[in-house]
Amino acid sequence: MVATTAKSASKDQAPERASKPSKDVDRRLKRLDITMKRNQYKGDALIEVLHAAQDAFGYLEEDVLVYIAQGLKLPLSRVYGVATFYHLFSLKPTGAHSCVVCMGTACYVKGGGKVMDALQDELGIEAGETTPDGNVSLMAARCLGACGIAPAVVLDGTVMGKQEAQQVLTEVKRWENG
Amino acid sequence: MNLTELLDVAAAEKARQRPIKVHCCTSTGCRSANATAVMGNLQQAVENENLSDQVEVIGVGCMGFCGRGPLVQIDPQDDLYEEVTPEDAPSIIEALNGGSAKSIKGDAQHPFFARQMKIVRQHSGKVDPERIESYIALGGYQSLFKVLYEMEPVDVVGEIQQSGLRGRGGGGYPTGLKWATVAKMPGNQKYVICNGDEGDPGAFMDRSVLESDPHLVLEGMAIAGYAIGANHGYIYVRAEYPLAIKRLQKAIQQAKKYGLLGSQVFDSPFDFKVDIRIGAGAFVCGEETALIQSIEGGRGNPVPRPPYPAEKGLYGCPTLINNVETFANITSIIREGADWYASIGTENSKGTKVFALTGKIRNNGLIEVPMGITLREIVEDMGGGVPDGEVKAVQTGGPSGGCIPASMLDTPVDYDSLRAIGSMMGSGGMVVMDHTTSMVEIAQFYMEFCRGETCGKCVPCRTGTVQLYALLTKLLKRQATAADLEKLEALCLMVRDTSLCGLGQSAPNPVLSTLKYFRQEYDDLLVQPAYLNGTSSAAEAVTL
Repeated sequence: MVATTAKSASKDQAPERASKPSKDVDRRLKRLDITMKRNQYKGDALIEVLHAAQDAFGYLEEDVLVYIAQGLKLPLSRVYGVATFYHLFSLKPTGAHSCVVCMGTACYVKGGGKVMDALQDELGIEAGETTPDGNVSLMAARCLGACGIAPAVVLDGTVMGKQEAQQVLTEVKRWENG
Repeated sequence: MNLTELLDVAAAEKARQRPIKVHCCTSTGCRSANATAVMGNLQQAVENENLSDQVEVIGVGCMGFCGRGPLVQIDPQDDLYEEVTPEDAPSIIEALNGGSAKSIKGDAQHPFFARQMKIVRQHSGKVDPERIESYIALGGYQSLFKVLYEMEPVDVVGEIQQSGLRGRGGGGYPTGLKWATVAKMPGNQKYVICNGDEGDPGAFMDRSVLESDPHLVLEGMAIAGYAIGANHGYIYVRAEYPLAIKRLQKAIQQAKKYGLLGSQVFDSPFDFKVDIRIGAGAFVCGEETALIQSIEGGRGNPVPRPPYPAEKGLYGCPTLINNVETFANITSIIREGADWYASIGTENSKGTKVFALTGKIRNNGLIEVPMGITLREIVEDMGGGVPDGEVKAVQTGGPSGGCIPASMLDTPVDYDSLRAIGSMMGSGGMVVMDHTTSMVEIAQFYMEFCRGETCGKCVPCRTGTVQLYALLTKLLKRQATAADLEKLEALCLMVRDTSLCGLGQSAPNPVLSTLKYFRQEYDDLLVQPAYLNGTSSAAEAVTL
């Protein structure tokens, strides 16, 4: 569905649609251009380019997917197909803070599930969702490969080992209180 | 670069090194326990104590005992300190000057360390992963020189075949045979791919090898490239492993600078360049045909084999795909000889295997053991058993493997014995469970994993995993009858026999193995059909 809307959007918004936006968007598009250029605009660099786009924009919005499709000369369906196939790409904006709970086997056996339950209760959202105020995104990881320190939780990019529900809740509450 | 120059680099590095080396683990596990600050304080303490000309602090890769990190180890004394805090770190250096260390001193002779045999992890915890000179000083890149100047490609393949090395990614396909197949294929363009998409939850061997000793893998890949006639290699790494990616990038740059990768390796006609491809979170990409699709920038959908990647792989060219750990074995085989390697392990499983020993176990971390060791030796002697309790089961092989009951702990660890009891070697995850873990919940846990990770291409896997998950959930909600259990078993067999790729074919394994060994737990959850309970009317019973 989204793919078709994106396609129609591409018609009204020519590739040069980046001519007007703010300086900020301009700079981020430039980063995207550099990545595509470094990969000689080859279609097989799609995943690299999507990684770069997500780094720059935080998530993959429709316009960005259209821009990439045009840059790499790929059908938009292909770009959209790849962006939705991989778990790490997000087509929706993510929260200001991120909380990733590892749900790998070792973490699960040692109580990762309980940490997750407690967080879902506290935040009132399910794994994979963002709080309505856009403050916290809660995610489940398949395995962080940090099984030696299970259960592991990643708070805003910092891996924390041997976590208990209470510890994580304290940290997350700090975010909630600003 | 020629051999003399390589040996000069090694000699210069050895001359630069200080007699006392303080190794501080800087891998992901210890890092999250504040190892970076520990290392900073150690360095500061060396200066404060005026020991700079005798002592050096080296940030190294994984030492294995991840559950007790951050770890600090001192050579040549072989002292090991566990759970070092930044505050206590200076006291470790003061101890070298006659003071006393406040940190917990570990037992370096504990079976956890003493029973290991290190080939893949030979340098882990000793070598500085961010400096190629450190690797060269340990004899690095000499095996590559040896194959380029003293061996024909066909001899290299022969050596690997004779060693009996089998693929460490889980399948256990003979590595030499795979190399020989690709080497025989016609065509000028061939590729080498290193599969570092370690998706099994509960496994982190490949991450550790890539973070601790990236050059060992690069050298192994270059040797493979020479043997099969490929000039281009790719390493596919999970995006979840940022440190491994960073260290690999650095390693590739350094190797290129020294002329050990890139054009005319060691001034020979052999070219070999290596590119990194970063995954984006899809378990199925560990399957070789899906991985190739992903490198080409597409969705990670597996394609039917044959043709195998050895005939028609990346960009339609013959491609060799091996796991990180497989490549990490190559340099040792070339250096020590195939006969030496074949003397380790059992008749059909040669060499060593790295396992990530985790779960409900006293000593958790990474171990490398010779094939043929029993599960009991690993879990009870090395791992120290379950804290306050007894082993109930050991899970090997991740979502593709199975649960081995405590009664079978005397099974030797090799490809065939594990397969015979319904599990598999897998890539090396070994999760220990005690009585607090419900086996049906574990089966449901893995099925939830496979349900989420199926690529959706073939029907048995796409819908089968959803239905299996629903049946297991029904069981756990105490709503399932004996008929549901029968259906569960039949569906497991169907998904196993009819799925396209390894993910689907092995997805039912955790259910089948727990059904085989822990059937009582399933039976205990069953309820009587409603019409037998007397709670429903006769009319309802008829419709059932």
